[in-house]
Parts: sequence; C-alpha cells; structure tokens
Amino acid sequence: MIASSFEYFAPTSVDEALSLLSEHGDDAKILAGGHSLIPAMKLRLAEPAVLIDIQRVEGLKGISESDGKLVIGALATHHELESSDLVNRTLPILAQTAGEIGDVQVRNKGTIGGSLSHADPAADWPATILALDADLKIVGSGGERVVKATDFFEELYTTALEADEILTEIHVSIPDGNTTGTYLKLHQVASGFALTGVAAVLSKSGDVCENIAVGITGVSDVPYRASEVESALAGRALTADNIAAAAEKAADGVDILEDIHASEAYRSNLAKVYTRRAIEGAAS
Amino acid sequence: MATMAGPSRLIGAPIKRREDPRLVQGLSHYVDDIKLVNMHHCTFLRSDYAHADIKSIDTEAAENLSGVVKVITGVDIQGKVGSIPCAAEIEGLKVPDHPALAVDRVRFVGEPIAAVVATDPYVARDALDLIEVEYDELPTVVDLDDAIESDSTVIYDEFGDNIAFTMPLDAGDVDAAFAEADHVVSQRFVNQRLIPNSIEPRGVLAEYLPGEGTLTVWSSTQVPHHLKTILSLLLDLPEQLVRVIAPEVGGGFGSKLNVYPEEAVVAYLATELRKPVKWIEKRSEGFTTTIHGRDQVDYVDMAVKNDGTITALRAKLLANMGAYHQLLTPIIPVLTYLMMPGAYKISNIKLELIGVFTNKMATDAYRGAGRPEATHIIERMVDLAAQKLGMDPKEIRFKNFPQPDEFPLEMATGVTYDSGNYQMSFNKALDTVDYANLRTRQAELRSQGRYLGIGVATYAEICGMGPSVGVAGGGWESSTVRIERTGKVTVLTGVSPHGQGQETSFAQIVADEYGISIDDIVVIHGDTGRQPQGIGTFGSRATAVGGAALIIATQQVKEKMAQIAAHMLEANVDDLVFEDGNIFVQGSPDSAVTFADVAATAHVAVNLPPDVEPGLEATHFFEPSNFTYPFGAHISIVEVDPETGEIDLQRYVAVDDCGNIINPLLVDGQVHGGIAQGLGQAMYEGAVYDENGQLLTGSFMDYAIPKATQVPRFETEHTTTPSPVNPLGVKGVGEAGTIASSPCLVNAVVDALSPFGVTDIDMPMTPNRVWQAIQDAQ
Amino acid sequence: MATTQINTTINGEDYTHEVEPRLLLVHYLREVAGLTGTHVGCETSLCGACTAIVDGQAVKTCTMLAVQADGADITTIEGLAQDGELHPIQEGFWERHGLQCGFCTPGMIVAAHQLLERNPSPTEEEIRHGLEGNFCRCTGYQHIVDAVQYAAEKMQG
Repeated sequence: MIASSFEYFAPTSVDEALSLLSEHGDDAKILAGGHSLIPAMKLRLAEPAVLIDIQRVEGLKGISESDGKLVIGALATHHELESSDLVNRTLPILAQTAGEIGDVQVRNKGTIGGSLSHADPAADWPATILALDADLKIVGSGGERVVKATDFFEELYTTALEADEILTEIHVSIPDGNTTGTYLKLHQVASGFALTGVAAVLSKSGDVCENIAVGITGVSDVPYRASEVESALAGRALTADNIAAAAEKAADGVDILEDIHASEAYRSNLAKVYTRRAIEGAAS
Repeated sequence: MATMAGPSRLIGAPIKRREDPRLVQGLSHYVDDIKLVNMHHCTFLRSDYAHADIKSIDTEAAENLSGVVKVITGVDIQGKVGSIPCAAEIEGLKVPDHPALAVDRVRFVGEPIAAVVATDPYVARDALDLIEVEYDELPTVVDLDDAIESDSTVIYDEFGDNIAFTMPLDAGDVDAAFAEADHVVSQRFVNQRLIPNSIEPRGVLAEYLPGEGTLTVWSSTQVPHHLKTILSLLLDLPEQLVRVIAPEVGGGFGSKLNVYPEEAVVAYLATELRKPVKWIEKRSEGFTTTIHGRDQVDYVDMAVKNDGTITALRAKLLANMGAYHQLLTPIIPVLTYLMMPGAYKISNIKLELIGVFTNKMATDAYRGAGRPEATHIIERMVDLAAQKLGMDPKEIRFKNFPQPDEFPLEMATGVTYDSGNYQMSFNKALDTVDYANLRTRQAELRSQGRYLGIGVATYAEICGMGPSVGVAGGGWESSTVRIERTGKVTVLTGVSPHGQGQETSFAQIVADEYGISIDDIVVIHGDTGRQPQGIGTFGSRATAVGGAALIIATQQVKEKMAQIAAHMLEANVDDLVFEDGNIFVQGSPDSAVTFADVAATAHVAVNLPPDVEPGLEATHFFEPSNFTYPFGAHISIVEVDPETGEIDLQRYVAVDDCGNIINPLLVDGQVHGGIAQGLGQAMYEGAVYDENGQLLTGSFMDYAIPKATQVPRFETEHTTTPSPVNPLGVKGVGEAGTIASSPCLVNAVVDALSPFGVTDIDMPMTPNRVWQAIQDAQ
Repeated sequence: MATTQINTTINGEDYTHEVEPRLLLVHYLREVAGLTGTHVGCETSLCGACTAIVDGQAVKTCTMLAVQADGADITTIEGLAQDGELHPIQEGFWERHGLQCGFCTPGMIVAAHQLLERNPSPTEEEIRHGLEGNFCRCTGYQHIVDAVQYAAEKMQG
C-alpha cells in the first residue's frame, strides 16, 4: 500500500521533462495518469528513485482534428476519449474502446499515452490502435520520431520507447464514411482487463470487404494484428461463412497466454469467436 | 401484569435505519478512523513460503531505521503471548500450537514472523524490507486428496499424519438401502475455497494505561466479548481490566468471528511499549491471512427408488483446515455433516467427515459456514437423481419433503428441525416464475439452438446459534434494558452488529413493547466496558437469540414500570396499557401518567409501591431451546452461450421463510447480499494456490467479488412459519441467500447444458470452465 | 526526507501542507486533513472506497499522490451535505436501505454523484455501469441502484 520513497519532479514543458529523463536515466519513471504505475509502486513491484510527473506539461493534452487526422494528446484520459464529440463523430471505435476500460474513476484519470507506454498485454487500447494503423509520435533527447502502431509493441510490457523518450501524441487517420469498426471484449471478471479484446475495422463496397484490419489484445504476450484473418477476408464477400472461416485464423501463429483465468485452448477459442463477432459487428 | 402493548406499529414495518445518517456522511468511526495521542503503527513481516524452517531472522537494520521503535519476532514473545486458541471440542481433535508469531517453522504463505512498531506507518512499512529472513524450504501439502495419502508430507511431525479429526455417522441401515435401491447416483464435488473480503479490512488499536492497569482494544471484530476473555488469557491480564470495543465494523461475514495473531501481538505491544499501537490490515494481507471459507472435497452416493424416494445418503467429506486451527475451524464442516439431509426426509445416512491440515490459511466461518457445502451437495444430488430417473427436479423435491405437521422433526444426523412448510415456499417460488411455462419456453429455445437453464434449490439451514450445548464458547445471548431518569431508554446488547441494523430493529422491538417513540431509544453494542456479557453476531443469531433476550428484559422492566404506574394511578396492574408514551387504565386514556413520569418516579424513589426497588433496569441471558431452521426455495434462469461459456443470469427469484420479520427492509437487504455472495461463489470467486502453496488470487485483480454489473435484480418473496424456539418467532436470515444460491445457479447451468450431456460443473462457473465442460462432454 | 508543499481546497476550505511525495492522496485526506470519511478498501485501485472528487472528476484517491493534487479543488463525502441537509444521494441511500456496514458507502455516494452529474436520469443498467468501480460486499447492489434512482428523481425535481 505504501510506495518506496522517490524524488518527485513536476516539469511544465516537454524539454524539461526530457532533460530530467536524460539526467536520471533508468532510475526515472514517467507519471501520467498513474493508473498503471502507482498500483505497481504501492506493491513495490516498481520502485523508481525518481518520478517525473508530466501532468502539467503543456501540449500533451487534448484531442483535435488536423489534416484529416485525429490528434490525441498522450495525456488525454480514457474518459475524454469516451465522451468527446469529435471522437464519437469521427472514430467512434475509439470512444467505444475507451468505455470498455476499467471503471469510471479509472477512465477519469488514466491516459491513453500511459496505457500504451505501459503495454499491458491485456490492455484495451492496443487492439484498437493496431486496427486503426495509428502513428505514435515520440520525442526524446535525439528529437522526434513517428512509430507505426504495428512496430510499437515489442515484448511483454516493452515498447519501442527508449528510456529517454516520451510518447506525446497518437495520430489516427479519419476514415471515410464507408469505414466502420467495432471493439468487442470479454472482461477478465476480476480486473476488468481483456481476456480477449478484438478491434475490427473495415470498409466495404457493396457486400465485398475492401480493407480490413483486426487488432487483438489479451491473447498473447504482445497485442497483434490478425493478418491471416485480414488476408482471408480482404476482397471477399462479407458473408457469414466467409467471416467465420477467416475468424478461425485469429490465433494462427500466435503464442497464446495461459493463466488461472483462461487456458490456452479457451483463449484461442475466444480469439476466434470474438474476432468473428467483431467483424460481424463492424460489417453490419 | 401489563401484557397489553399498544397496537403493533413498528415490528414488521420497513423502518429506515437509524445507523445511516452518520454512515452516509462519512462521520462514523471504524478502527482506522480512531486516532490516539502518541499513537504508534505496527506492520507484520510475513512468510513468503508455505512450508519452511526459519534458519535466522536479522532485524538489526530495521531496528536502526529512524522512527522504528521496536521489532519483535516469535522468540521475543514466547511465554508472553499465549497460543492462538481454537474453541472447538471434537473427540480426538488434534490442536497444534499456534504461536502468534512463527518461531521455528512457517506453515502457510502470509504467516506472521515479525512485527515492527514505528512512529509513522510509512516508516513501519519501509522497515519490513530491511528484515532478513533465511528459510529452509520444506515440501508443501496443498491438495486435499493428496494430504491424506500415507506418503504425504506431514505438516505436524508430532501428529504423524495430516488428519486433524475424523467424525463418523451411521444412522439407519445404509447398506441395506443401497442394496435395495433402484438407482444409485454418485458424484465428487469440490466446494472451492473462498476469501471473505469484507470491504473494511481487519484492524486493531490497543492502549494500555499502566497506572490503572487497563488495556483497551478497538478491534474490527464480530465477537468483542470473546476477544476480551481470550486476550486476558493470552496476555495474562485480569479480565476485568481488559475492555474490547468493536466500533463501526465494516462487514465481517464470519471472517471477524475470530481471534487473530495480530490482535494478540498489537495488544501485547501496547502493554510492553506503554504506547497506543495500531495495525490496519492491507488488502493483500487480508487475502492471505484473514480466514478463508469452504474448501471441501466431497464424495457422495445417493440411493433412490423409481418413484423418486431418496432412501439413503453416503458421503466422505474432506474438509480443509489449513495449517492451523483458528477459533472455530474444525466446527465448520460439522455443520455440513449435520445438515446433509437438507430439506428432505432421509433416514439412512452414513458419513465420514475428515478434517485435513494443509499448508494454506486456516478456513473458518464464512457466510453460511458449512451449510452452503451441505446444500450444494444435497441439491446437486437431488438434481442428479431426478435426471437419472427422468423426473422433473420439482417432482423429486415434493416427493421427499417432510409434511408440515411432522415438525418438530428429528433428522438422521441428530438435529431436530423446529418448524417448516417446505411445500408452501416452493409452491410460491414455482408460481412466481410460472414454472410450467418456463419449461415450455426452454424446449422451444432448445429447438432454436439456445440454451436456457432453470435451476431450483430448496433448502433448510441451521441458524439462530444456538443452544450452548451446540456452540463453542456458549450459545446464549444477553441484552439489558435501562430506562433512564428522563424516560429515555438505553438498550445494551451482547450482539455485535456490523451492518445488520440492530440499532434499528432492536429499537423497533422495544418501542412497540413500551408504546413509545423509537427516537427515545438508543441501542448500544460492541463495547465490553458498557454492556453485560455477550457472545456476538454470527450464525444468523442476533435477533433469534439477542432479540429474544431483549424482549424478555424489556418485559421484565415493563412489569416493574406497571407496578409503579399502578401505584401512581391507584389502579390495578393488570388493567394498564402502554401507548403513545403514556400509561393508563384501559379505556381511560385521559387519566394517564406519562412513561417519563413513571421513569422519574422510579428514580426519585419517594413514591414507590411497597417492596419495589428504585431504578428500571433488567438484563436477561437467553438460552434458546434449539437452533432455528429457516428454509425456502430459490429459482434461477440462465442462458448459456455455448461458444464462449458466458452465462447470462436472466432472473433470480428467492422465497425465504425466516419466521417472523421485524423489519422487511433489513430482511430484503440481507437476502440480496446473501444471494450476491452465493452467486460470487457460483460464478466468480475461488482462491487458487499453486503447487508451492503460493496464493495466485491474492488481490482483487485476480479474485473477483461481484460488481454492480455482475449481479441481476433479485426478486424476493417470503412465507412465514414462526419458530417455536424463541419468543419473537424469528429464525434468522443473514445466511439463507448464500446457502441457497450457489446450488441454485449450478443447477441452472447444468440444466442449460444437459443437451450436451453435461451433468456437473465445478464452481466458480467461469466462462472457461463452462466452455470446457461442453467440450469434455462432447 | 524531502517534502513538497501542496495547496488544496477541500470541501471549500484551503489547506497547505508539506508532504512526502509518496504520500497517497487518500492518506493525505485521512491523516493530514483529518477527513476520515474517505476509506481505504484495497491496494489495487479496484474497490472504490477511497473515491473523492478532484477537480470535478471522481477518482480513486489511493491511486493518486497528494502532490498530484497540488492546486486541486477536492470534494469528499464530508462535503456533500449542506447546512445540515443531506445531499439527495445521501438521502436516497438512507431511504432505500442502500447500505449495510457503510464502509463502501462514502465512495459509492461520491461515484453516484459523478454518475448523476453526467447522466441525470440513468437507467438501471447505466447506474450499475457507473458504479462498477465501487465494490459493496453487503447489499448485492440492488438497494444501491434504488437509492441512486431515488436521488435522480429527487434531483430532477
């Protein structure tokens, strides 16, 4: 319940935060909403010597539209994404995903940037961010770079972020009216994390699927794009049979997690069933 | 004597709780809200291993940390703090020494090893990381079936095996009944280990005043009087100088019906340091070191005739004690043993109950305590028998219920059910859900590939604990009624409510008896320094036993008041009426004395009738003649998604008969909460240890207690069959919901999945388990 | 031990203290500000007993450092009743028997406050969803739902 002692900094600019990060290196942790880090610190699973609270950093908040893209500040809370008119109008799957995270209090405080940087294998955002092919803007002492969502999640709790870098923005292209998406999730009954979460985004021409992207979380160490499913369906009619056949490939080639909440066989089954249902939901 | 009360106004009415204004404003005081001058803070270092020898403990660095006042280990308190007691009396019971801090060996993960006292809780926590313990790991015993194998590791060398006790029963002629049976059904049941998780964790604050020699202990406990007596024995202090206060207590569900090592150690530290010492349990400590519930593996056979008559029951019950006995650990499965017949007349019963030590936290009373296990067994077995016979689950139940005129009914297990009308409550439940139509609808849906399940559980349970012969430490209860000089009434009771609402229901009883406003009554509880002796709140006993003591004490004082009033009115005692704050001769309300006037007269004491002593106060110790046996019928309707194993609980109907009802609002609250906990067991909850005895479900991240979205709206109904064993005719309702609901829900899911050939499913019925059951059956 | 100064407004009163950065907001409220109505029920940000309103948002104060609340306007359970009158949600909990042991109640009421602020006439399902972050072990939630419905009607006038 009680964290180890640490030194606390509350920078007000990205530059200030970055210089603190380079100064303290691996001893430092970035504190955003705190809903991944503080619980770990209370159990002393994380004992950073330095905490850099970026809550007051200018320019990391807010959600806006720019050049056909939705620009989401890393400090945007799940609640802001869930309730934003702009998000609900342009990319409702983001609002839908946000609404599936934790509970009201967690959504009020937890941030999209914090969640993505923490990279919990059962977090909700990765599925949707993958399916939307988002770009993640990262700044570090070496400057600014953009990483594709598909390149961001590397290993369990490990992302493309270097120790001296901060995720600052998430950019998502706003699709045309032909594109629809659904995020479907089976909650782990205790924690509320995803036993399986599937985000399906697709566009169709008549009954034919033009483009499809499926992001899956909770099933493996690392969230992934179900590319076998996508290729099995792209260019095909969105019939129940075709969807079902494609969804059967949802866990192909994936190392599937097993824990006290779900066996490997069950998770594999969930991935397929939830993929099918998510695609059906998006297609309907 | 004045036997005529005014018209009953409050008993039976849904009176709003008098506890609530302070609680809804955050103005009440739980243990952690109490702060004393110079208060110090205690934390416990706990074993990381389930079974290990302690080679060494180095506390030096912790002691040197600024702010740390004291660090103690088991060796430091040997001979100073007695062994944590078990009150159970069972023939041949093996009772291991249970030091408050482990000395040479640890036997479960979380067992306390050392205690730190510091001026600040943050410092106390830091100090734990500075204590070095060297262990020699030992093989662990975690599985019940394995623990009783002859080649198992033995947890107590001195006992030779892991069997804590064996309790046999052979009633009637079981072998003959099985030989003559048309069918025999057999099933192994796992009644999984649960973690109570009251939302307020445990906590203790102790203060010792060396001049007076008094020890005051504030503890989040259900049994302050037991704690007072036991602490005085453990610390060798005069009992009269020990006072235990249970302030606001945030739920217990049996988990605070105990005496814990932390209570003894904190009290000891307060006497030793002569400073107030507080310890508040962290939730992670609660998971590993507050008692757990259930944890049985049961092997059961049932003999039935073709017409559905159950002729015999045979069972081996393995009950997990954990590593030590807590206060009532071995008693809990005895309640399973006693209630094995459930709501049915079964005259031939053969049982073998075996209590087993393992390297886990002790089990003890958790809501229902032994009866959910019995009810699960019998209600599942009855459904299995019905399935085998091709009978409707409804028919087999009616076939085996006793008739209402057969009560009091002596059962084969030795208990005598007080009163009952099982047909009435079951019929009411069946009517409420329109059972016949439900079955039709189920058949229709099945033809569409949808899996609706209808689950039934008809139960009888044992509560109102109880006659002293059946309750370790005494089963009586005491209540005092004192009418103050101003006519205000103080009720002091030995029961120790922690959510049940007796500040309201007990005041209702007294207000009606005296014909006064409920606002003139204050109910005080949970303080051994203010009230007479008592036992506490558990086993759905508070109203059945404490309320019974109260009504008798109330009537004793009333009798005296009537004598004084008769003297003042120059009237006959037998003609007096107590109504609207007045006492008068029936029919002559205009010439009344007020209740307050009589109270004043009793205390001023210059105008008393001859031979009447001053004062208006009575204490009654009520000893019930028997337990009470509430009963009822629950029906649930589920739909299962066979692709994912998810269960949609669509409807839950509970018809409970808890005898007379004092406050229907509170009764409904108890039923709702009880069902939610049984539903938790059926669908979500289960403690999981790995093969090394590590608790894998050690936080709310992995152990699911039901959330608001995970329970449906419950429909509650009642029938009323008064109990003859107490003057209020009440039976008790705290546990009924928990006892009936888990088998009710399992029966529903098994019913839904019967087309797949599924005949049983272990709890919790997680989506994974349900899905797997379907795969396995196909 | 390094400390940081924080300024907060709690239930309309201003507070200034030097605190250790690791001090949790819930401990600040309970031990420093002396407002013990906000409770601690778990360590994992799930039970919601510690819920308070920080700058208009219901948050779990066990998952927030006091230093993060520097400059914040905080409302705790003690701040809901006005001039001796219970807030309609508090009244609803009393009227509908929405509590038993009372330990979860302050957090539950504060969460319900946020819920009704965002959705003044919620359905039963919306109420349950809105209270997902608050555990109650006593009531089975039904009377809590009733209490929030009572409050919603009363607040709608």
